[in-house]
Amino acid sequence: MAGTAVADASTRQRSPRRGRPATPTVTRAVVIAALFLFVLLALPQLMTLYYVDTMTQVAVYAMVALGLGVLVGRVGLVSLGQVAVLAIGAWVAARLLFATSQPFPLVLLEAGLITMAAGTLLGLPALRLRGLYLALITLMFAGAIAIVLDTTNFPNGGHGFLGYNGSLVHIPPIRRPGIAASDPAYFRYSVVVAALLFLLAFVHIRTRPGRAWAAIRQSEPAAMAAGINTTFYKLWAFALASFITGVAGGVYAGAVHYLYSLDFPAQDSIILFAVVLMGGAYSLWGAIVAALLLEFLPALLQNWGVSADWLTILFGIGVVLTLTTAPAGMADQVPKDLARLGRLLRRLATSGGGAR
Amino acid sequence: MAAMRGDGVVGKGIIEVEGLTVRFGGVTSLDDMSVTFEAGTCGLIGPNGAGKTTFFNVLSGFVRPAAGTVRAFGEDLLSMVHFRRARWGVRRTFQTEQAIEELSVYDNVAMIHEHSRQRGASRRQDVLGAIAFTGLEADAFARVGTLAAGQRRLVEVARAVVGRPRVVLLDEPAAGLPDDETRHLAEVIRRIPEQAGALTILVDHDMSLVSACCDTTAVLDFGKLIASGPTAEVLRDDRVIRAYLGTAEVA
Repeated sequence: MAGTAVADASTRQRSPRRGRPATPTVTRAVVIAALFLFVLLALPQLMTLYYVDTMTQVAVYAMVALGLGVLVGRVGLVSLGQVAVLAIGAWVAARLLFATSQPFPLVLLEAGLITMAAGTLLGLPALRLRGLYLALITLMFAGAIAIVLDTTNFPNGGHGFLGYNGSLVHIPPIRRPGIAASDPAYFRYSVVVAALLFLLAFVHIRTRPGRAWAAIRQSEPAAMAAGINTTFYKLWAFALASFITGVAGGVYAGAVHYLYSLDFPAQDSIILFAVVLMGGAYSLWGAIVAALLLEFLPALLQNWGVSADWLTILFGIGVVLTLTTAPAGMADQVPKDLARLGRLLRRLATSGGGAR
Repeated sequence: MAAMRGDGVVGKGIIEVEGLTVRFGGVTSLDDMSVTFEAGTCGLIGPNGAGKTTFFNVLSGFVRPAAGTVRAFGEDLLSMVHFRRARWGVRRTFQTEQAIEELSVYDNVAMIHEHSRQRGASRRQDVLGAIAFTGLEADAFARVGTLAAGQRRLVEVARAVVGRPRVVLLDEPAAGLPDDETRHLAEVIRRIPEQAGALTILVDHDMSLVSACCDTTAVLDFGKLIASGPTAEVLRDDRVIRAYLGTAEVA
C-alpha cells in the first residue's frame, strides 16, 4: 500500500514542468461545481423551513469564518473582534436598506466597502502588535462596539443618522431582494453571495497577496528581505477580511428582517475563533465546517431537545484537541483519517481473505 | 564581470562601508568597520559573534547602525526602507533556511520576482531560469515543505538570483549540508556573479567553501575588521589564525 503511495507521489513529481498538474485540479473543480449545484438547487427542497433558515445562517457564518480564516490561517493575525465587524456590516446594510431604494446587491457592496474602511482601522494596531496583544485589542474593540450598539440600537425604519425610533409600533422588516423574498429563495441568494466571496478569497490566496501573506506568516524578517511591504499586505488582509464580513452582515440583515444588539455579543467572537480553529484555518473548506459547527449543530440539538449550552463545553474540548493533535483542523484531519480508515479496512479485508 | 550587467547601473559595482558601528545596549557588535567589497564573490568570515550576521542585518535594513555609511553602487543604502532595498536589488539567505514551506518552488521564486525591478512579462522564463541555474532536481510545482534540506537551500539560492539582484548576501548557506551537496552549492555560488551580475558576499565557517568560492575575503573579530584581501593571503594571516584558534602557542 505504501508502495502505491510512493508511486503516486513520483508520477506527480514527473508531471510536465510547463503547467500545474492538470487532472486533480479538474476533478476538484467538477466536485466543487456539483456540490455547489446540489446545495443551490436540491438542498432547499429536501429541508423543512426550520433547516432552510439554519442553512442561511450557515452561509452567513461561512463568510465570517472565511474572513477570520484569511487573517488567522494566511497571515497569522488573531482577531477576536469579527462578530463586531459583522455587526457593523449589518448596521450599515440595514440603514441603507431603510433609507434608500437601491438594489440589494449594491447595498451589500456598499456595506462591504464601509465595513472594510472600519475594519482596516481596526487593523492598524496589528502593525505593531501580534499574538495575545492583538487578540486583546480586537476583543476590546468587540466589547466597545457591543456597548455602542446597545445604546444606539439597530435601524428600524426611524429617521436621522441612526435610523432608530423606539416608539414605533409597527416596525417594518428589513427588506430582501425582490427575486429572493421567500426563505428558500433567500437561502439560494446567500449561497451565491458566499460563493462569490469564497472565489474572491481564493483568487487572493493564489496570487500575489497570497504569496506575500504566506511569507509574512512564516517569517516577517524573511518577508521584508524578499521585498514585501509587510505593513501594506497586513492591512490588505484586514481590508479583505472586513469586506467579506461586511457583506455577510448585509446578508444577515436581510435573513433575519429585524436586528437586535443582543445578536452580536462580544463573546461570540471568541467562540467564532474556536470553531474556525476546529474547522481548519488553513483551508477554505474549514470555513464551511466552522459555520456548520457554529450554526447547524446548535439548531440540530435544539430540534432534538438537547440544550445547546453543551456546545460551549464541546467547543472548549474541541479546541484543545485541535491544537494538540490536529493543528490544521477538521478540514485537513478528517479526510486524512478517512483515508487511513479506508486503508485499514482494505488491509483487514485482504488479510481476512488470505487466511481463508 | 560587472560589465555583463545589461541595465544602466549608476556608479561602480562595489560596496563601500565606512566607519560602520552597531551597538546593542552596552555591546558593540560592529566597531568602526571600514571595508570595500568589489565585484565577484567576496568572503566574510570570523569566529562566532564577530558581527557577520549583524553586518548583513544592517545591509537588509533590520538593524540601524549607530554611525557609519554604506554606499552600494554609488547609492546610499542606509537611507532606503528595508523592503525597498529588495526592490533595489539586495537579496539574502538566512542562517536558518527561509523558503516558504506552504508555497511551491515556482511560487517561492516568483514571489521575489514580483517584488523586484523586473517586468512581469518575462516572469515565467526568469523564474524557471533561476531554478534551472541552481540545478535543483525537483518538480517546480512541488511544495517546498516536501523537499529535502539541500533542495530547500537551492530554492533559497534561486530566490536570491532571480530578477536581476545587485547584491546577494549568503549567510552560512552550507550549514548542515553533506559534503557532496556543499560541493554542488559551491559550484552554484561561484557562478552567481556571472549569472545574475550581482556582487555576492558569502558568510561561512567552512573554509574550503570560502576558498573555493571567494576571490577576496574580509575577516571580522569582535566587531573589528582584522584583515581583508585575496582569500589565500588572508587565510595565512597570523591575526586571522589567532582569532580562530586562540594564541599562537596553543595553535
